[in-house]
Amino acid sequence: MNHGFVPTTNAIDKLVQEFNKLPGIGPKSAQRLAFHLLRAPEEQVEILAEAILTLKQKITLCSVCLNVTESDPCSLCRNDQRDRSAVCIVEQPQDILALEHTGIYKGLYHVLHGAISPTEGMGADDIRIKELISRLQDGRVKEIILATNPTLEGEQTALYLNHLISPLNIKVTRLARGLPFGTELEYADDITLTRAIEGRQEF
Amino acid sequence: MSKPRTYQTEAIIIKKTKLGEADRILTLYTPHLGKIQAVAKGVRRPKSKLSGHLELLTHSLISLARGRNLDTVTSSQTISSFLPLKSDLWLTSCALYVTELVNQFTVDHIENYPLFQVLQETMEELCRTDNRELILHYFELHLLNEVGYRPQLQQCVACQTLLEPTTNSFCPGSGGMLCPNCHHSQPFSYPLSVNAQKVLRLLQNSDYNTASRLKIDAKLSRELEKVIGNYLKYLLEREVKSAAWLDTLREETRAITSD
Ligand SMILES: [Zn+2]
Ligand SMILES: [Zn+2]
Repeated sequence: MNHGFVPTTNAIDKLVQEFNKLPGIGPKSAQRLAFHLLRAPEEQVEILAEAILTLKQKITLCSVCLNVTESDPCSLCRNDQRDRSAVCIVEQPQDILALEHTGIYKGLYHVLHGAISPTEGMGADDIRIKELISRLQDGRVKEIILATNPTLEGEQTALYLNHLISPLNIKVTRLARGLPFGTELEYADDITLTRAIEGRQEF
Repeated sequence: MSKPRTYQTEAIIIKKTKLGEADRILTLYTPHLGKIQAVAKGVRRPKSKLSGHLELLTHSLISLARGRNLDTVTSSQTISSFLPLKSDLWLTSCALYVTELVNQFTVDHIENYPLFQVLQETMEELCRTDNRELILHYFELHLLNEVGYRPQLQQCVACQTLLEPTTNSFCPGSGGMLCPNCHHSQPFSYPLSVNAQKVLRLLQNSDYNTASRLKIDAKLSRELEKVIGNYLKYLLEREVKSAAWLDTLREETRAITSD
């Protein structure tokens, strides 16, 4: 079922169209959101509109790690408590949030803003690899932790980075790939099980 | 009689596209149903029971439920994960190139069992072979055999005479070779060495076991890359995206080995 929207100047239709472009928002939800805002108090709508504008005006990319930030360098890169000899490579800024939430990692990050995906036309130059390599030239970084997704694209990106970085005399590690917490063994696929067995640790 | 609501098929996953928050649309190449598209629900969530069995470049046994537009995957069990090729940058890239070509040369729901066999054999050989360029060219020529674009390599496509063992030209637009007398009549043709012609004929007509005994030096390999690449591009009327990535990797490897 496809509700094709015809372009119109009608304020509600326009807002519905814009909501409909957002990830995970179908035509029905878009309509619900638009009518919700129509009924909401004026100041609440103003706060929302301002928050959206601020997002684009104030947020930039950190010149060191390419994380999203309001001040450059970002708070992680400015923090003296962080270990400057380790850099963890992630595909997108949201991944930093997930890793920081664990509180276990004390090093710095680098955001690639994507993964290598040859069939989508995404090569090494389409993600932020050059910035990473130039960041590694001063010899201060001793370990690179590859935390790209355990998908085919993430794996390929990790393999490619390893091929670029290991000649620089920097230790390259990869996040352990094994069984996700809360899953049942019988449903695991061969690759996950193989890697879980290879990466087993003494109890 | 109406079709049953669910069905089961073997398939190699040749493409995936994100759908919504957690789903994917998969393109499956099957032995007897040809190419089909299906929705895999929730596979981008970490706890999905299906996701590992539905990753790109995996051969699985898949159950599907018919839907109004797209069918939905209900269960999946890995037959072969082709693990060795997924742990190697170059081999993964080769396999992506292979599946991109299969996708581009086929349309949905047309059975082509020999093509499925070529695809499966190529994936298996990629896990074993150390003859990395040759397996690609073997695949390309056998793909062309199965999709109806088998190039004419024995005789001149213009005058039909058998080709002499000399430098003849390949003409993508005519789908084959031109003898020295005829190649002036066709503006877009590439001269091919005697060795390149021999290798192409052998790859076209033999099984992988025989083909794998061929030894090809770097110069010949580049010649084959160019002629087959140009022919594929001509047929598809566009660039093969993953071919550009293979070229990047090739150049880097050549830069390292020539240091
Ligand atoms: Zn930063
Ligand atoms: Zn002729």
